Amino acid sequence: METIWFVLVALMVAMYVLLDGFDLGAGAIHFLVAKTQEERRQVIASIGPVWDGNEVWLLAAGGALYFAFPALYASSFSGFYLPLMMVLWLLILRGTAVEFRNHIHSPIWIPFWDFVFSGASLLLAIFLGAALGNVVRGVPLDASGYFFEPLWTNWRLGEQTGILDWFTVLVGVQALLALMMHGGLWVQYKTSGEVGRRAGKLAGLCWWAVLVMTGIVTALTFAVQPQVTANFKTWPLGYVLPVLAVAGLAGVQLELRRGKELKAFLASCAYFLGMLTSVVFGVYPMVLPARNPAFSLTVSNAKAGAYGLKIGLIWWVIGMILATVYFVFVYRSFAGKVTANVESHGD
Amino acid sequence: MGSALDVHRLHFAFTITYHYLFPQLTMGLALLIVILKTFHLRTGSEHYARAARFWAKIFGINFAIGVVTGIPMEFQFGTNWSEFSKAAGGVIGQTLAMEGVFSFFLESTFLGLFLFGEKKLGRIGHWFAAFFVFLGSWLSGYFIVATDAWMQHPTGYRQLASGEIELSSFWGLLLNKWALWQYAHNMIGAVQTGCFVMAAIGAFYLLSKREEAYGRTFLKMGITVGVIAAILQLAPSGDLQGKLIAANQPVTLAAMEGLFTSQDGAPVAILGQPDVPKRQLDNPLVIPRMLSFLTYRNWSAHVRGLDDFPEDQWPDKIELLYFSYHVMVGLGTIFIAVMAFSAFLLWHGKLYDARWMLWVLMLSVPLPYIANTAGWMTAELGRQPWLIYGVMRTIHGFSPRVAAGNTWFTLIGFMGMYTLLSMLWLFLIYREIERGPESEGEPLTDLTSPVETEPVVPTRY
Repeated sequence: METIWFVLVALMVAMYVLLDGFDLGAGAIHFLVAKTQEERRQVIASIGPVWDGNEVWLLAAGGALYFAFPALYASSFSGFYLPLMMVLWLLILRGTAVEFRNHIHSPIWIPFWDFVFSGASLLLAIFLGAALGNVVRGVPLDASGYFFEPLWTNWRLGEQTGILDWFTVLVGVQALLALMMHGGLWVQYKTSGEVGRRAGKLAGLCWWAVLVMTGIVTALTFAVQPQVTANFKTWPLGYVLPVLAVAGLAGVQLELRRGKELKAFLASCAYFLGMLTSVVFGVYPMVLPARNPAFSLTVSNAKAGAYGLKIGLIWWVIGMILATVYFVFVYRSFAGKVTANVESHGD
Repeated sequence: MGSALDVHRLHFAFTITYHYLFPQLTMGLALLIVILKTFHLRTGSEHYARAARFWAKIFGINFAIGVVTGIPMEFQFGTNWSEFSKAAGGVIGQTLAMEGVFSFFLESTFLGLFLFGEKKLGRIGHWFAAFFVFLGSWLSGYFIVATDAWMQHPTGYRQLASGEIELSSFWGLLLNKWALWQYAHNMIGAVQTGCFVMAAIGAFYLLSKREEAYGRTFLKMGITVGVIAAILQLAPSGDLQGKLIAANQPVTLAAMEGLFTSQDGAPVAILGQPDVPKRQLDNPLVIPRMLSFLTYRNWSAHVRGLDDFPEDQWPDKIELLYFSYHVMVGLGTIFIAVMAFSAFLLWHGKLYDARWMLWVLMLSVPLPYIANTAGWMTAELGRQPWLIYGVMRTIHGFSPRVAAGNTWFTLIGFMGMYTLLSMLWLFLIYREIERGPESEGEPLTDLTSPVETEPVVPTRY
């Protein structure tokens, strides 16, 4: 049962990354693909009706993590105290910027909100990547099941690590590049004209960087976290996950060249799904590896009571079916390209 | 103020108090907007559609701030209260996760349709969008109240030898009787905020002699719903809430009422300042025997005072608890008076010309916010020194590894962030009120006209 929840929470996190990922990516490339007022409005409009729905996945995944693995929630949230609070501030700034950008029609405030939106998106992409890097690398848990990491220590992978070290920063950069590609593909799919063309071109450029970074970071991951090698050796079937990632990445380039915008975006989704599930597969049965392997949190020592997990599965399935129905409904209602003179968001 | 525990408490108190300023309005308005949309459907009059659109804009601004300030709340259980989360996450994580799965998806999806899809959805479709936004926000309220109710009156759980708390009955958690009555009390409180805000803006329009047709609609609706809510808030919801506290948290009742000594035929203190070290109420103004009557429907019933309980069971901030409770009850009483008198004038057709009453209604707008805040403070301070009543003390709940310095850092950060949000909120709400309900009918190009690019001069606040 706890393994089912491990998979479900991982899938919800992946869902969050796929969905909020494209609007974070769209934010990060905001200034690169949109030069004029009208073009910037197009970028915002392409994510306007869906971004907060996407962010709900973060809350839903957080909630599931909370009740299924309370010890993990308690340990990781208090241990990552500072970066999580900063993520919250960035989410607040970014949400405010998207929502209120179109409320205040002023030649000085619109560029200001654009800047806040783009800057917060960019930093969030790096932070979320670095967070993933921390999980892969392991944290300084001790016998109490707790740890606390400062933002940085000596940037090395020693005993007392910080949130940021050379490895997690590299993962953060990879996340940013990959999300820029992902966001670019979304913007290309959702907008027409110059913005869409630039977004597609930028995604194509990012693709090469993502290719290189994926290779480097993957190689380093095997070196930093021995469990990953062991898991792939024990269950060779797991190779299907990195293969999905590689196929997705190849698909992005292929579909971009063939001019299939939606397919290119979906291929990028496959890349993310493959990468994230590979990581999760690689650290299993740990949910939060410790620098000292004896203190790692695993699915069995972090799980909640059996009854709660079982009853949770029942309502979770019902809730997800409902959520899927709403999602299909809203994506259909807002389907199609965003044009430059669309009704502006928020008014 | 210096120990890690105090800073963690202040951190949660500050962020939750600020956050709840927004949902209390949006939950109340959601109901009123559904009523306006229903009038629109039944009468076919564009007037109600425009009124609903105006309130949808006010709703949208408040909802957005409610969302961005709400995310930190769920996070803080883990970041600042890790010992509590580790022990009880298997139980309260259920309700918090259900809020995400059942209400946030519903709310966020239909809010988008409600705000931007009026033309696309048609009249009936748009009514449903409004209804689902209402349903989502009220469901969300239930899951949060059920979470708090479990901390007030834990049910449906079992504690293991390790101290970990497991869920043992799903329906026991979800249908906790404490949750049902607390929910009723809380939601009526939210409706009161919605009604007072609606009536206040109506009064503002009539007093300023503009948008008068809308002003009258807002007053009529705010007062009609408001008078019902004000009465229901006293009884049955407030009354039953009080009985639950008397039965399950008797020491809390004693502290709320400032009753230091046990007695038969206990009085209710209307005014007075508790002097805890001396165990007395200074300058008391009391109604004799009233507390016995209110609690047990018997004028001479025995009510236990604080002296009946060991001091380590007392709420640790008795003064603040006493005043929160008295402010809440005092304001609740004033709401009944204001709403009932306004309703009387309204039904006799005299309200719209009674300028002094309009002034009272307009200036009352902060009061329901204060009452709701004070009510929550009463509940949460009254629960002390327990984090989970009778099960886990607050002092055992916070994150052991997060130093007070880090907590101060993030608390100050939130204070700064929320100051900026408040300024933005004031500006945007003021501007929507200035524009008024009619502006919606103008073509969208007007939004970029020179008048709009000139921001409203802030000194006019």
